[in-house]
Amino acid sequence: MTFYDEILRLKNTDYTAVFERVTPAQIANILAKTDMQYQDFLALLSPKASFSLEEMAQAAHKLTLQHFGHTIVLYTPLYLSNYCINHCIYCGFNATNDIQRRKLTLAEVELEAKAIAQTGLQHLLILTGESRQHSPVSYIKECVAVLRKYFSSISIEIYPLSTEEYEELIAAGVDGLTIYQEVYDEKIYGKLHPKGPKRDYRSRLEAPERAGQARIRAINIGALLGLGEWRSEVFLAGMHLAYLQKKFPEIEVSISFPRMRPQFGDYQAEFPVSDRDLVQSILACRLFMPRAGITISTRESAELRDNLIRLGVTKMSGGSSTAIGGHTDAIDSIGQFEISDKRSVDEMRRIIANLGYKPVLKDWHDLNWGGKEDNEKIPVS
Amino acid sequence: MEDKLDIGGRKIDSRLFMGTGKFADYRLIPKVIKASKAQVVTVALRRVDFGTPEENMLTYLPSDIILMPNTSGARNAAEAIRIARIAREAGCGNWVKIEVVSDQKYLMPDNFETVKAIEVLVKEGFVVLPYMSPDLMAAKRMAEAGAAAIMPLGAPIGTNRGLKTRELIQILISEINLPIIVDAGIGRPSEAAEAMELGAAAVLVNTAVATADNPVLMAEAFGLAVEAGRKAFLSGPGSTQHLAEASSPLTGFLRNEESAKP
Repeated sequence: MTFYDEILRLKNTDYTAVFERVTPAQIANILAKTDMQYQDFLALLSPKASFSLEEMAQAAHKLTLQHFGHTIVLYTPLYLSNYCINHCIYCGFNATNDIQRRKLTLAEVELEAKAIAQTGLQHLLILTGESRQHSPVSYIKECVAVLRKYFSSISIEIYPLSTEEYEELIAAGVDGLTIYQEVYDEKIYGKLHPKGPKRDYRSRLEAPERAGQARIRAINIGALLGLGEWRSEVFLAGMHLAYLQKKFPEIEVSISFPRMRPQFGDYQAEFPVSDRDLVQSILACRLFMPRAGITISTRESAELRDNLIRLGVTKMSGGSSTAIGGHTDAIDSIGQFEISDKRSVDEMRRIIANLGYKPVLKDWHDLNWGGKEDNEKIPVS
Repeated sequence: MEDKLDIGGRKIDSRLFMGTGKFADYRLIPKVIKASKAQVVTVALRRVDFGTPEENMLTYLPSDIILMPNTSGARNAAEAIRIARIAREAGCGNWVKIEVVSDQKYLMPDNFETVKAIEVLVKEGFVVLPYMSPDLMAAKRMAEAGAAAIMPLGAPIGTNRGLKTRELIQILISEINLPIIVDAGIGRPSEAAEAMELGAAAVLVNTAVATADNPVLMAEAFGLAVEAGRKAFLSGPGSTQHLAEASSPLTGFLRNEESAKP
């Protein structure tokens, strides 16, 4: 059993019919509940629930404060390489795009690490395009060996790996995995990924489970909003999140809501998602999964991000660049997509504090980090 | 009358322990500690940023408190042990609150792994206070393993739902010969007082104070409630009566016999 079986089961959901049956009284009842079922989650994603957005926001705000307190964890992405053999038609790194390709040398990785560490950030997300030739697991391991000297937590957002490969990276010091299914609708997925290993919908869908089997600490998933109809996409992403939490109770699960951004190439989002839709998605997920993390990246504008902080968000990126070498300006390269919120980490920290939240720069401690390696055997299983 | 809490040889006046994880600003923490009069403060090692003074929560703590680092984030005994060792090596003292949570949905502590961690850490000289699900047998194992106190949850952490596990905690208070400190779930000062009246040795709060509109005032309220509850416990409250006392007692006819005794 994997989440793919769930996808097959949910495939024939008649969203229009379900949404038509939703009533305002039902939404009010759901908001009064403490334990939500997936049917409730679906109802909260309905067009009718959008009339109760303020009530949903109040409940989501309260729930988030209760479980996470007044805190927002900050992280930043570090792009290691933009070599890619996939043909995702919405992505700036698409193999057919004529952009300069490069990957960071280990010396450059160290320079980027120093520049980021200067900002005080301790949580890093490293990214690569999919190319086992240019950015193999061994290369990522070498990068992690450099980076863990500077950061207390390192997550990866790379191509899907096998369980054994995830184990290898975890042993090297990786503690989190971010992987977006991009689009849960299998038909659309096929259309948008015409060539390359990423065509394999199922292998990507099951990647978080492989990382879970490898006992990773944290998993972050999401749908790239704009590629499919958002209500069903967010529903399936939320179901995926709930599935992972149930299957791997020890893992900290979280979800992102990346919206399509302008990128190199001419793809236009076929299913645009408004700010209002985005807010409804976030609120519905928070209410359905009270303890799950919610991440918002710099894809969104500064103004919107500031407003989203109180609606259930627990983690934000800051001082981001999607270009290779973008933290040192040493190299001129085109990013994967355009950053919208260009504020520095310092500015982000000030703004978050002004909004009444503590910007948390460190929320995990690499257990082999800081001081001497504790190789002593711990006499328990 | 001297009424101090004794944990691992330390004599403690305040029976309110304070958590630090959910505050909006570290600068609030010393004010909260002062208002509540708390002496024992728990800090998650995962959050302690040793490299950056302004981000290092420890620098905000008054120097006379007892620091109790916790192992938040540990999923098993081995991770809890490692975190405890890192904390001690980093200069956080030898107290440790063991938190082993392998369930992220409810954040329920794993009593089995916790026992294993206590066994190892006590031998290494730590003063170990385990956070646990209130189960008598588990608490006995923890006591046998050398725990300095037992910290059962009143309700799932962060829920502010009060003493949902009252009956089970009452059993621990009666049967375990260690301080029982109610940790997690306490949402209001009245609930903290209730735990103390029950005979708890102390209570630990964080969410209830950190998410109040005025955390400093709420901290003071908790301090007073814990003190009131403790005094009520010590004074031996009268038992509550469910029925009014019958004016025509059923055994009244025995009075004569009683007084006839030599």
